[in-house]
Amino acid sequence: MTEAPAAPVLAVRHAQKHFGAVHALKDVSIEAYRGEVLALLGDNGAGKSTLVKCISGIHPLDEGEIVLDGQVVAIRSPAAARRVGVETVYQDLALFDNLTPAQNFYCGREIAFPAWLPQGLRFLRGRAMDQEAAAVIERLKVKLPKFDAPVALMSGGQRQAIAVARATVFARKVVILDEPTAALGVRESRKVLDLIVQLRAEGNAVILITHNMEHVIELADRAVVLRQGRKVGEMKPDRDNQRKLVALIVGAEV
Amino acid sequence: MAEQPEMAVLRSRGDGLFARASVIPLALRLLSIGPVLILVLLAVLFSLLTPNFLKPGNLGNIAAQTAVIAIVAIGQHLVILTRGIDLSVGANLALATVIGGLVFRSFDSAILVMLAMLLSGSAVGAVNGLVYVFGRLPHPFIITLASLSICRGLALELAIGHTTMRGMPELITTIGGASTFGVPNSLFVVLIVTGLAVLMAKAMVWGRWIYAVGGNPQAALGMGIPVRAVLVSTYVISGLCAGIGAIMLAGRTAASSPLYGNLLELDTIAAVIIGGASFLGGRGHIGHALVGAVMIGVIRNALNLLNVDVFFQMIALGLIIVMAVEADVLRNHLEARARVVQASRTQ
Repeated sequence: MTEAPAAPVLAVRHAQKHFGAVHALKDVSIEAYRGEVLALLGDNGAGKSTLVKCISGIHPLDEGEIVLDGQVVAIRSPAAARRVGVETVYQDLALFDNLTPAQNFYCGREIAFPAWLPQGLRFLRGRAMDQEAAAVIERLKVKLPKFDAPVALMSGGQRQAIAVARATVFARKVVILDEPTAALGVRESRKVLDLIVQLRAEGNAVILITHNMEHVIELADRAVVLRQGRKVGEMKPDRDNQRKLVALIVGAEV
Repeated sequence: MAEQPEMAVLRSRGDGLFARASVIPLALRLLSIGPVLILVLLAVLFSLLTPNFLKPGNLGNIAAQTAVIAIVAIGQHLVILTRGIDLSVGANLALATVIGGLVFRSFDSAILVMLAMLLSGSAVGAVNGLVYVFGRLPHPFIITLASLSICRGLALELAIGHTTMRGMPELITTIGGASTFGVPNSLFVVLIVTGLAVLMAKAMVWGRWIYAVGGNPQAALGMGIPVRAVLVSTYVISGLCAGIGAIMLAGRTAASSPLYGNLLELDTIAAVIIGGASFLGGRGHIGHALVGAVMIGVIRNALNLLNVDVFFQMIALGLIIVMAVEADVLRNHLEARARVVQASRTQ
């Protein structure tokens, strides 16, 4: 944790969200700080994913506001979220199986020239993109079998690592990880956890959704618990209050 | 889901062949160069069977006969890259030749006639793409099938009872039918179209987007790629290629006809698949379409030289398509195995 987290890089204030008759978010406020992993906990249907989707531009909020570095921002699409520095790694990956890691990194925001042409008609700077992507992969200590092979040939863990690495390339403020280890084995999960530690070390605010309490206690600096669309608790997770945390999640009295 | 015990046994046996990890990359590489390899083997085989096969005159014949399939197959390839299909190319080509023929009756201008054919082809492609994307159709199959019928009907209607309309401007017959230094001019057109398509597909952002849309349409939307525009553009390019094919064919025959391009959709789809592109989208180099088209041309030509019945040629082509699709399935299976191997290697 940073010494004196001056101001939150991301703040969601009094968020409300309805899906028809379902009141998915009830006056939820959270804050995320640079150099910190914030765990977002809750049972299925608690509103974690809804909250994250509102921050990353998939759903608009009904009420409330999103504040980035003190500025109220309107995030109307995933592209808009990325423009303001919020990167999201979704559970279902959203990688392009037929493209190489570098092509995946830059898909939709290719390095290309000349600048006076519209983006679609520009020519790709393949080597520049390869080099930059390779540098990031190197920096994050991700091991890939081949850098120039399509990601279809890589394991679940390697693919998840690429997805996380892609988020780190462009994240300037916040990285959101929605159950990044859900589909992975033990060893592959370890790799992704190591990446999360690195993301934090590089000064990002990391928001982590997971059901794995071990991971929460190991990594998270703070945990926010949601239940039935409401924020019901916030604490620093450790061994001693693990039971209390679980009780908050499922709504039982300790 | 419980698997039948017998199935499990069968499956493990099937995997046994690729149990050793080192075999998988090798097999995948063989599959990727397979079409070129088969083409070379076929050429050697046919040259041994019939001495006329490798004579310059005959090679020129193959080039001239393959040119139309090759050009239209390149457009088809871009469409298939986005998981689509364009069934209208043959009828589109016929309509373009007829419209070119009609323009030629009023204006003796090669440029105007060619422009008319290119415009007609692109316009049909644009309608295909726009109706598919903005009509929110689940698949382009139906709209391009409808378009096939409409174009063929329109071509027959416009030709007013003629099956052929004789005459084409000299420039067009030169492009489509004449040779330079013994090389058919149509071959140069094929090379230019291929070069432009490769440039677009490999060097330009738009091409990268075509591959991205084919690889994962949902993710492409999430990444801010203009998916609808990309999809429409592939149908416009496919239509444009049909228009170029119309110039080639009308030039070679010095005529236009509402009956041209019959089953061209089949030939071009076959060329793309035989060449090694994937129906699953986002896979394949433009060269695949070219290799596939040449292979079809070579097989037809050689079987002709060998006096093999034309009906048997159709059967042979069908069998080759089945083999090519199976190779695609095998490739996907091997890639899944490669993923498992990678996961077990991760430390």
